[in-house]
Amino acid sequence: MKDSNFIIELSHISKSFGDKQVLDDVSLYVKKGEFVTILGPSGCGKTTLLRILAGFGTADEGEIKIGGADITEVPPHERPVNTVFQRYALFPHLNVYDNIAFGLKLKKVKQDEIDVRVRKALKMVGMTDYEWRDVNSLSGGQQQRVAIARAIINRPQVLLLDEPLAALDLKMRKDMQMELKDMHRTLGITFVYVTHDQEEALTLSDTIVVMSEGRVQQIGTPTDIYNEPVNSFVADFIGESNILNGVMVRDKVVKFMGREVDCVDKGFGENMPVDVVIRPEDVYIMPPTDSGMFEGVVQSCIFKGVHYEMTVLTPDGYEIMIQDYNAFEVGQSVSMIIKPSDIHVMKKERVCNCFEGKMIDSTHVEMLGASFVCSEQPNVEGGETVEVEVDFDKVELMDNKEDGITVGDVRFILYKGDHYHLTVRTEDGENIYVDTHDVWDDRDIVGVRIMPEDIKIKRING
Amino acid sequence: MKWLAKIFTKRSNWSLPYLIFLLLFVVLPLVLIFIYAFQDNDGNFTLDNFSKFISNPEAANTFVYSIGVAIITTLLCILLGYPAAYILSNRDLCRSRVMVVLFILPMWINILVRTLATVALFDFIRVPLGEGALIFGMVYNFLPFMIYPIYNTMQKMDHSYIEAAQDLGASPMKVFTKVVAPLSMPGVMSGIMMVFMPTISTFAIAELLTMNNIKLFGTTIQENINNGMWNYGAALSLIMLVIIFATNLFSDEDEDRASNEGGII
Repeated sequence: MKDSNFIIELSHISKSFGDKQVLDDVSLYVKKGEFVTILGPSGCGKTTLLRILAGFGTADEGEIKIGGADITEVPPHERPVNTVFQRYALFPHLNVYDNIAFGLKLKKVKQDEIDVRVRKALKMVGMTDYEWRDVNSLSGGQQQRVAIARAIINRPQVLLLDEPLAALDLKMRKDMQMELKDMHRTLGITFVYVTHDQEEALTLSDTIVVMSEGRVQQIGTPTDIYNEPVNSFVADFIGESNILNGVMVRDKVVKFMGREVDCVDKGFGENMPVDVVIRPEDVYIMPPTDSGMFEGVVQSCIFKGVHYEMTVLTPDGYEIMIQDYNAFEVGQSVSMIIKPSDIHVMKKERVCNCFEGKMIDSTHVEMLGASFVCSEQPNVEGGETVEVEVDFDKVELMDNKEDGITVGDVRFILYKGDHYHLTVRTEDGENIYVDTHDVWDDRDIVGVRIMPEDIKIKRING
Repeated sequence: MKWLAKIFTKRSNWSLPYLIFLLLFVVLPLVLIFIYAFQDNDGNFTLDNFSKFISNPEAANTFVYSIGVAIITTLLCILLGYPAAYILSNRDLCRSRVMVVLFILPMWINILVRTLATVALFDFIRVPLGEGALIFGMVYNFLPFMIYPIYNTMQKMDHSYIEAAQDLGASPMKVFTKVVAPLSMPGVMSGIMMVFMPTISTFAIAELLTMNNIKLFGTTIQENINNGMWNYGAALSLIMLVIIFATNLFSDEDEDRASNEGGII
């Protein structure tokens, strides 16, 4: 039974702030005692989701259950959850003891029990003997520990952590990660952790929920997410990766960078366009040899502490990022080998742009908030709604937004070895996907132009 | 002209004009009050002015009465001003800056103009002038000085403290008593300073709103000085200054917090 297994059930949560949709039909089920991390770039809706869980915000749609009880309408102070805030939010007028005892005092717990539990909580976070200190005199790390103690002392069913380590320096963050992991193990409380740091998510979690643009992209264990990303966003966001266009020739054979290669994936169908993901540490690099799968020339080599990070340019013009313990000099020819099991094949989310448009007359179509000239459409009447297809590489982006037919801003940039795959969001919120060799930056405002002969129009009923 | 340029380039010299002003119109009068208070009419040193105050029940009574009025005024201002500031600073309850301006607006109009208008209004609706009218006038005039610092503190209060309290199980009532109220104390202290101190020394409001029937300490000082009793007037002023200074010291410990968290003193 679903009800007995899951402690948190978020079903079909949607939320908008004004026109902006921050959560779009998000569902999440968490098992008791799990360490779940919600991971995503800033503005992906992860904090909003956590706040809805804590009760600080209400969902426009959807249902929230904790421990089987519907708490969608329950105010925050009656929910069986406690939160560790990003900026700690320790009460400045109370000392460490009173901060930690705050929740227990409200529940009218006996004074001697409070004493015992406060001391235990302080011991747990490694802050014994700090009871009577003024919270303003503590360092960031110590404040965070007190904030954690203040939350766990109430023995909540679920502990929510909102980027709790974001304000700490690297060394401290690593230490706290380990301590949090230990704490989770000892307490047996379900942790829901929000972060934008993929390394932190991989280190801490039992389950990672990758979010982007208000939607859940993938839910899985750290290994699943790292090794089998479901789409190019997840692959790009988690760890470093080479993402390349490829074609699935048949089961267990994929063609990319001009070569047919064995892989382990199957079930995509024959000659299907796919994305191929290769982690930089999975490419074996060696001096030129006949048994190599790919040849190339080292373009750059940077020492990264444990390994060297190199980029290799193949004769076909693909750039591959490689991490290896051995350094190869810039300009040196090398061979590369990739094991079949290290080649991750993902279904392409899309193969071309598909818009809904409306014919104005036989040579003009209205779409993306503007009127585009298209080639003569003898069979289509004015006013008819049509489907419009445009290839990724046929969309032109201009620096000057006045030069384009419509305007958008660059939202997501994916490097595909020999070109960039951009997501451009128009002012009405539609996405245009563009393949280009030009370099654009995130949030660049661009003009968008499409040549009439590249606009392919299809009638919807016919 | 080089020396002039030199004077102007040094930043600390820019304060010279105000320093001169300060010496002439703040420090010098204070010194004069101090000297006059310990002199008799012929300029000899004496403590008579103070013993006269202590032995003269009328002046002492006025003094006690003035402090009473100031305390009542301050309490009423807190009672009226605190909820107002709370509502104004709460984004859920009050979304417009217009409301804030409306509350602060009386501060922009001269105290005498407002008081004269109050007298005319009370006359018109036949409310007798006297103690009640006096207290009303005081509260009316000084209420914005209570609201503003409290509003300021509350507005700058980090909203996450409130969320943290809710999260730890505090009902809205408990959130207020355990978090909002203690954290807004610096603002209340500032408000008390801004209301209590001027109410002790006001005399215009008392004169106008009680038809000169009720005397406050400020009135006594003014009368003595008007009648040429400079030394006695100076001694009374000095006593008042000491009292105000004492209240200042009393709230000193909160001063650090107030300046950090948005009180205006």
